Amino acid sequence: MIEAIGLTKRYGKTVAVDDLSFSVAPGKVTGFLGPNGAGKSTTMRMILGLDRPTSGKVLIDGKPYAGLHRPLRTVGALLDAKWVHPNRSARAHLRWLAKSNGLPARRVDEVLETVGLTAVAGKRAGGYSLGMSQRLGIAAALLGDPQVLLFDEPVNGLDPEGILWIRNFMQGLAAEGRTVLVSSHLLSEMALTASDLVVIGKGKLISQSTTQEFVERSSEASVKVRSPQLGALGPLLVDKGFTVRDNGDTSLSVSGATSDQIGDIVAANGFVLHELSPQRGSLEEAFMQLTGDAVEYHAEIGK
Amino acid sequence: MTLLAVERIKLFSTRSPWWCAALALVITVGITALIAANTSTEFPLTVGVTQAFYTFGMYVVLVMAALAITTEYRFSTIRATFLAVPNRISALLAKTVVVSLLAGVIGELVAFGSWGISKLIKPDVNIAINTAQEWRNVAGVGAVFFVGAIFAIAIGTLLRHTAGAVALLLVWALVVESLVGIIPKIGDDIQRWMPFVNGNRFLTAGTEPFPGEPVINYPFGAWGSLGYFAAISVGLLIVAFVVAKRRDA
Amino acid sequence: MIEAKRLSKHYGRTVAVDDLSFTVNPGRVTGFLGPNGAGKSTTMRMILGLDRPNGGDVLIDGQHYAGLKHPLRKVGALLDAKWVHPNRSARAHLRWLAKSNRLPVSRVDEVLEMVGLTAVAGKRAGGFSLGMSQRLGVAGALLGDPEILLFDEPVNGLDPEGILWIRQLMHRLADDGRTVFVSSHLLSEMAQTAQDLIVIGRGKLIAATTTEQFIHDATEDRVRVRSPQASRLRELLAGQALVADDAVDGALVVHGLAASVVGEVAAENGIVLHELSPQRGSLEEAFMQLTKESVDYHAHD
Repeated sequence: MIEAIGLTKRYGKTVAVDDLSFSVAPGKVTGFLGPNGAGKSTTMRMILGLDRPTSGKVLIDGKPYAGLHRPLRTVGALLDAKWVHPNRSARAHLRWLAKSNGLPARRVDEVLETVGLTAVAGKRAGGYSLGMSQRLGIAAALLGDPQVLLFDEPVNGLDPEGILWIRNFMQGLAAEGRTVLVSSHLLSEMALTASDLVVIGKGKLISQSTTQEFVERSSEASVKVRSPQLGALGPLLVDKGFTVRDNGDTSLSVSGATSDQIGDIVAANGFVLHELSPQRGSLEEAFMQLTGDAVEYHAEIGK
Repeated sequence: MTLLAVERIKLFSTRSPWWCAALALVITVGITALIAANTSTEFPLTVGVTQAFYTFGMYVVLVMAALAITTEYRFSTIRATFLAVPNRISALLAKTVVVSLLAGVIGELVAFGSWGISKLIKPDVNIAINTAQEWRNVAGVGAVFFVGAIFAIAIGTLLRHTAGAVALLLVWALVVESLVGIIPKIGDDIQRWMPFVNGNRFLTAGTEPFPGEPVINYPFGAWGSLGYFAAISVGLLIVAFVVAKRRDA
Repeated sequence: MIEAKRLSKHYGRTVAVDDLSFTVNPGRVTGFLGPNGAGKSTTMRMILGLDRPNGGDVLIDGQHYAGLKHPLRKVGALLDAKWVHPNRSARAHLRWLAKSNRLPVSRVDEVLEMVGLTAVAGKRAGGFSLGMSQRLGVAGALLGDPEILLFDEPVNGLDPEGILWIRQLMHRLADDGRTVFVSSHLLSEMAQTAQDLIVIGRGKLIAATTTEQFIHDATEDRVRVRSPQASRLRELLAGQALVADDAVDGALVVHGLAASVVGEVAAENGIVLHELSPQRGSLEEAFMQLTKESVDYHAHD
């Protein structure tokens, strides 16, 4: 469980994080989203006691990070895979981390095995590809078998198999009852990974909800209908007061109605259905709508 | 103790400490060997002469000590360190102890290495270490390296950047402390309070000054000078730790 | 149009690219996929004449890259956003690129505007975030208004708005009739971006087809069905298809029948449907299915 309460961070006159309160519950993967400059990294760093809040506080299982006895046993974090001395081997890097929190040396080999780096554990970390560095960072986060995990852009540099692996892995950690907070810009990936979302913009909380609620709240729902009797069905649905749009590919988009309602009408009139699928908006659409004015660099979109 | 083991793993899992130790030894012992081979009746070999070039090794060790902390900032491993050990002062203190001890060991190797090579080159000259002053002059080099490393770590922690820390250390120890004496009237008064000058004084007090060496009226005796050097270094270290604790990592 | 013909590259005894032939057509966004170590970067570098093939040939509109008179006017590439001198400003970087291919200086400001870097164009590139560097790289690729564009992991470091922007940009470039070739590991992103795919593994071609066809071939289509008479429908379908239950809401998941067939069965038997959604396989599922044997580092759960 992570709780931020009135968290604020100012650099001079710039407000990076502004009176931010949210909580991250155990047993779920929670996505942490926001445009560039929204204050996500600063917040992550304050959670981990690396940056000092100007005011407010953030607690992990009720304690500030600095108050944790052996922090790696409570919290595992992957913020930047490049936080490794390039001339040190992966094993040596994990060994000093393990030692610092009283973890047995065999744990190092276990996590190396988990992330698939055993074969290259003796090589200097500076020669690793981004994907391998990322795996080392994940190994470090897992070292203390922590209850709370923080990941910043975990799929960075991973190939498709690595991306699938880390997604399943994070969901597995959450299923074990752990708290998993993941910050990412890849919304199509987050839509698959996170069941809850904390969304911030310009340092302020924009939304905290489940992913499904977030998408439903900010995108219009419609139902796609296909039928051999589309010509008769369309006007019928219009008569019922629904908004019907012809997609031009022998299907209709109906808004203002649930698929249950449409199904009942179709059956009552003896029509045949070839498709009746509720269309959900994408996480990306919902995100763009809600954070539209919280973006730093706007590129020219369209012509 | 755990934190000391942590820093030991960190220090020896990269190659730079080995290179620095080797370089410090080779430079100091090498120059001492050259000098020892060329001593004569006008410029006789003494215990003091065998130790006259410890500063070469010390500069290398100062750089090593500063790097031990600045590379943590350079590669952001300082963040991994503070994540693992949120009590920043303990973490930094452990590093200081491990690095300074290594510096001290290198100092002893340099000192006895220089003495030993001189003995090998000129077996007939009597440079046995007998008096307390002679012991201080040789064995004391480790202590000066130890304190110097503390000074360097403090500078490294404050500046965080390798280039800046190394430049400041070398300019300070090599240039400022020796040239400050040139300032008319007050120069000598300032120089006798300089930390590395006092470190040197600890080693050389009670020996004949080398030709051309300025004669300084020191505020303390030999051990007092070492204490003063240590006090300055530890004071600087405390300032550095307080700054590091407050700063965003 | 990019044509690779029997392209091969080995480093000592390691074969990076092995007898690879494919064509990238204009007017489409073509995704270039493969596991780590599949040879994607090497292939990209050979297309651009940075690496020399050991065998075979790769041609851009019938010519070698090295034979192009003003290569930046023909081919724009973003391979690594960090290929910029850190102390040079974004504008200065683009100006020397423009100069080298006799492009007017006015073009520099145009592309800076397109990527949204005008405000920071005078700042040193070394201080740029990864996302800003990426935009600068895109600006460099667009500088010569080229017909052919190559992008390697273009969304790297971009925020959601940047990701949407570059996806729309690539679609627009393809709609203009240009050849757009994009390499990426982010399959959920590529599924939205690429119309065609070239998939390689261990240096060899695995598939060259449309994205739709690729998914269709490698995954099984399913239909999700909800009905107040679900058990009756299940009995009716049991003879012709495999019917499973959705773990979350208990909807029926029908394997091996088209949605229209399920709809006909329901209508004939007077069964009310509340949902009848064809479920497509994902690009990720299809990719995993086809590249199983060519992965470098396996992690374990």
